[in-house]
Amino acid sequence: MSDQADERDYPLDISVVAPDILQLRIRGEWTTRARLPGTTALETALAGHPRIRRLRFVSDGLRHWDSALLTFLLRVQVLAGNSQIEVESDGLPAGVKRLLALATAVPERRGARREQPRTPWLARIGKRTLAVVDAATEVLAFIGEVALSLGRLLRGRSQFRFSDLLLTLQQTGAQALGIVALISFLVGLILAYIGAAQLQQFGALVYTADLVGIGMARAMGAMMTGIIMAGRTGAAFAAQIGTMQVNEEIDALRTLGISPMDFLVLPRMLALILMMPLLCIYADLFGILGGMFVSVSTFDISVMEYLHRTREAVHLRHFGVGIVNATVYGVLVAIAGCYQGMRCGRSSSAVGAAATSAVVSSILLIVIATAILTVIFNVLGI
Amino acid sequence: MSSAYSNGSAPAVASAETGAASRATDGEVVVRVQDLTMAYGSFVVQQHLDFSIRRGDIFIIMGDSGCGKSTLLRHMVGLMRPAAGRVLYGECDFWAVDESQRKQLIRNFGMSYQRGALWSSMTLAENIAVPLAEYTDLDATDIRELARLKLALVGLAGFEDYYPSEISGGMMKRAALARAIALDPDIVYFDEPSAGLDPISSRLLDDLILELRDSLGATVVVVTHELASIFTIGNNSVFLDAEKKTMTASGAPRELRDHSPDPKIRRFLTRGEK
Repeated sequence: MSDQADERDYPLDISVVAPDILQLRIRGEWTTRARLPGTTALETALAGHPRIRRLRFVSDGLRHWDSALLTFLLRVQVLAGNSQIEVESDGLPAGVKRLLALATAVPERRGARREQPRTPWLARIGKRTLAVVDAATEVLAFIGEVALSLGRLLRGRSQFRFSDLLLTLQQTGAQALGIVALISFLVGLILAYIGAAQLQQFGALVYTADLVGIGMARAMGAMMTGIIMAGRTGAAFAAQIGTMQVNEEIDALRTLGISPMDFLVLPRMLALILMMPLLCIYADLFGILGGMFVSVSTFDISVMEYLHRTREAVHLRHFGVGIVNATVYGVLVAIAGCYQGMRCGRSSSAVGAAATSAVVSSILLIVIATAILTVIFNVLGI
Repeated sequence: MSSAYSNGSAPAVASAETGAASRATDGEVVVRVQDLTMAYGSFVVQQHLDFSIRRGDIFIIMGDSGCGKSTLLRHMVGLMRPAAGRVLYGECDFWAVDESQRKQLIRNFGMSYQRGALWSSMTLAENIAVPLAEYTDLDATDIRELARLKLALVGLAGFEDYYPSEISGGMMKRAALARAIALDPDIVYFDEPSAGLDPISSRLLDDLILELRDSLGATVVVVTHELASIFTIGNNSVFLDAEKKTMTASGAPRELRDHSPDPKIRRFLTRGEK
């Protein structure tokens, strides 16, 4: 509760009109200022007159009022209630009396108020662990549903619109060409600058082409494409499906007996999985171009020399490694995006949260998958 | 224009035994729509709209689907600029005054949207706190107390810390009303307040609108299709015709139902029975 506001802010005269009656004369302007009116003066008056059993209001001098007056009167009611003092509201304006009645007409529903009990740390750890287990179970169930949906597709029994697949292919593939080209070109350029600066010290400048070519083909092309897809397409999947969840469009599919996995998730997953390897090759080429641009323009390596070194150093298996990586990233980004969309809540903030979670989990999964795949390729000697 | 209420300023609106506000008040004109044309680009939605709303009125905007009722509301609250004509608040043309005056006008509006439009990332108390923090100098404790009062006024005491997604549709409408009256506005606008509510919740919301109007002395403008609501709370109205693209009648809804020379309006107000 605020401190008592200045007397000039909310003019109030308090007087004892009978041994057990305290009169509050409310006058002037009672509209909201920098502070709401407090009850300190009243508390002081009540403390000085312990025999007071009734509070009476006079408001003939009151000019304008708003919610500030109501909050004051509610505070007075609480104060009076605590001291077993009766409040006579007859002297208040009719509108004020009605609003007071309205504010107290519906009692607070039992149990409605949010309590924040202090949970012991062991219980908190337990709850978190159970939440992680639940989330893992949910993800596994989602992957299982995707697998079943894929099975239906292979048997030709999927409730699947081919036009949706084509549209998503266009959105995830063709419409991403610009951003993939730009980012890959710049990554190739950065790799070349950093590599050339080091290699120059050993007189091995020409091997910049090897570094950029192998780096792009094996890892960077796929990874950069994966990250772009996570931010662009994964987030879009989560937001699209999440918004459909908010608008009950997914419920509408279910009530028609159409599986949302078939209808919404599968075309998006297929589109991304099909497009990722192609985008990866495209990114590799633009990365190599970026490296060549730096080598030719800054380090006096000729175009023919650069291309020759690239052809010598980069083999098909390097592209193969990149393509396998990209395909795995495609699966991960699509699962993360669609999963977050499907489990989205029914509010606009939930859609935002789903899109954010989709991007964060996609990038995390891409990094983890890269580490695992690198070890596997290393063990296999590829 | 002020957002405060004067002692004894509540309008004397007579209520019939049905609870209907059955006659217009003779208060001052607070909103005047003058020869208003509304358009989306070159597509004209409505034109030559001319009517006035008086203090204490519960003014109903009605008409067939797609006639531009909500668009009219958006023009009245300044969300859309008229293609032609004016919306006057007292003597102020909303779009002719400067930005600071316009903000002062907006402070006196409260708006309750069709689907509540509560901000989903905020609790109910925080939703109500936003206009209070924007337009008053109150500290966080006082704002919280006012938010609690507004929620109590609409029967949601104790729900301050709930998120919109955690309450029912009817509660959401009431919470939206609490936000709309956060600043004790002079004029409260409602877009389809009863849409999607069961008859009892709808009636309770109507009663609440009447009670708040009578207590606060505010003016209420309602876009609605609900005949029960129209006759229960409305004391003045305008009818927009989608085909003629203009208003074809104005006046008390009961008068229009019983005596309008336009059969379309009589049919509309009797669900096609007359």
